[in-house]
Amino acid sequence: MAIDAQEPDRRDFLFLTAAAFAAVGGAASLWPFIAQMNPDAGAQALASIEVDIAPIKVGQAITVLWRGKPVFIRHRTEEEIARAKAVDVKELRDEYARNDALPETALATDLNRTITGHENWLIMVGICTHLGCIPKGQALGDKKGDYGGWFCPCHGSHYDTAGRIRKGPAPRNLEVPVYDFISDTKIKIG
Amino acid sequence: MALHESTYQPKSRFAKWMDERLPIGRLMHTQFIDFPTPRNLNYLWTFGGILTFFLMAQIVTGIVLAMHYQASADDAFDSIEKIRRDVNFGWLLRNLHAVGASMFFLAAYIHIFRGLYYGSYKTPREVLWIIGVLIFVVMMATAFMGYSLPWGQMSFWAVTVITNLFSSLDSVIKGLGTTIVEWLWGGYAVSGVTLNRFYSLHYVLPFVIAGLVGLHLWALHLVGQNSPTGLDIKMKSDAVPMHPFATSKDAFGMSIFLLLFAWFSFYLPDYLGHADNYIPANPLVTPPHIVPEWYFLPYYAILRAIPSKLFGVIAMFSSIGVLLFVPWLDRSRVRSAKYRPAFKWFFWLFVFTCLALGYLGSKPPEGAYVLWARIFTAYYFAFFLVVMPLAGLLERPRKLPGSITEAVLGGDAAQRAPNAV
Repeated sequence: MAIDAQEPDRRDFLFLTAAAFAAVGGAASLWPFIAQMNPDAGAQALASIEVDIAPIKVGQAITVLWRGKPVFIRHRTEEEIARAKAVDVKELRDEYARNDALPETALATDLNRTITGHENWLIMVGICTHLGCIPKGQALGDKKGDYGGWFCPCHGSHYDTAGRIRKGPAPRNLEVPVYDFISDTKIKIG
Repeated sequence: MALHESTYQPKSRFAKWMDERLPIGRLMHTQFIDFPTPRNLNYLWTFGGILTFFLMAQIVTGIVLAMHYQASADDAFDSIEKIRRDVNFGWLLRNLHAVGASMFFLAAYIHIFRGLYYGSYKTPREVLWIIGVLIFVVMMATAFMGYSLPWGQMSFWAVTVITNLFSSLDSVIKGLGTTIVEWLWGGYAVSGVTLNRFYSLHYVLPFVIAGLVGLHLWALHLVGQNSPTGLDIKMKSDAVPMHPFATSKDAFGMSIFLLLFAWFSFYLPDYLGHADNYIPANPLVTPPHIVPEWYFLPYYAILRAIPSKLFGVIAMFSSIGVLLFVPWLDRSRVRSAKYRPAFKWFFWLFVFTCLALGYLGSKPPEGAYVLWARIFTAYYFAFFLVVMPLAGLLERPRKLPGSITEAVLGGDAAQRAPNAV
């Protein structure tokens, strides 16, 4: 490096640019070593599945696997729907719908958590938004929590009959994936 | 060390030849044979050697287990059962490795509490202490990834819960947490892909620990060992050569500790684990009560004590991160708690707090358990952030002995000690 009194000369410039070039090149060559850990092409390809929902009777629920995640499909009773609709959105812990098919700012009304015309079907990713456990409430004998929906046994989160967080440490409502009704008895998730 | 001149004399022709080319014999002799060791070290000082033993034992048993283990979601569980039933001595090697991890942590906790009690983090040992904390962090990562390998229910759900800790960053920058978690998983959920990378890292991290242990020893041997009085070696009579004095004490302490290791390995190999881990991993069913291994329970209790996801995660990581600042949080000029009448009680309350948090971490997060977890979490942090700075300023320490020799032999004897300088 140049001595104090002197102006930086051309050699200083060369040192600096060479060092900067080496630093950028070094950082860039790290990227493949980091990016290789991201979901690979095979994982990304398993993007959508079709599910026949005809056998699910009112009050029953099934769990299917989509992208390695459990998806809850619940055929809700009239009472459960009424209970979910009666809630004032302002009172919710998380007031957003968390429905991947809707804008992020959509409110967590029961309507926004389902598909209009098929409100009796509630379809969500069955992973607690706290630390990723599978909430109880799918089987008939399960503990369904204080709000009649789902209860996560790991750290005590309670979800209501629209899968919205009501009590416990979970920060968000259960995620609603993008899905569509191919026919009245068949849905496509993803 | 100023007091320390090596007495190494290479004897054979080969040793002399070597000494002029790669003086590794001289290094070992200087650092581990005639290295000056405080004469008053108690058995708590044998845990450094015990920990070195366990690191080596885990590496050796781990390398041979890796010859039989299959890191895939389909085969991992069965391959562990095969190791236990079919592989020659597999039952023994697997038990030694699994129980060894617990013993490693037990020894590390005793070693850390020893450091806190005798002020071994105080100047000039700050860097020594910080390297120790780093070793502890890498140890925890290694143990966590090792626990995932049997791919039982607890393995799978421990991985799910712990990796999901990072999803809390979604509330800081939107999408950041999810990006990190999917990067860790290599998918949209924990899968065999995750298992594979954890296996790779579980294999390599112990060697990183070994490197850090080298630095830890280097920093230790540069400044010398602390002692129960907290005094440094000031004169020749304060010290004894490491061999045979400290080495024989280490050997005896280690033998006793190995009895405990053997007892668990042979008679209670599964006592420290969880029965649910003998159920193969099932991504559709969460066990009713997820608990980590015993050595992570206090941190798990802290995580669950805080009713916010993000702040729970921050508290849990801070509970370890705060250790890095201990050399500067403690304002006392006296090292050893032996001469600190007030701090001593706060220290024992802290030990009790850690045990209580461990107990609470094993209980479901409801009712009185949560309340107590909050109380003990508050004291855990208060010990570092309030007690350590204030006790040093407010308490009046007891009079320190003039030297290690005086502490051991009494004042008169110290003056008569022939080689006093």
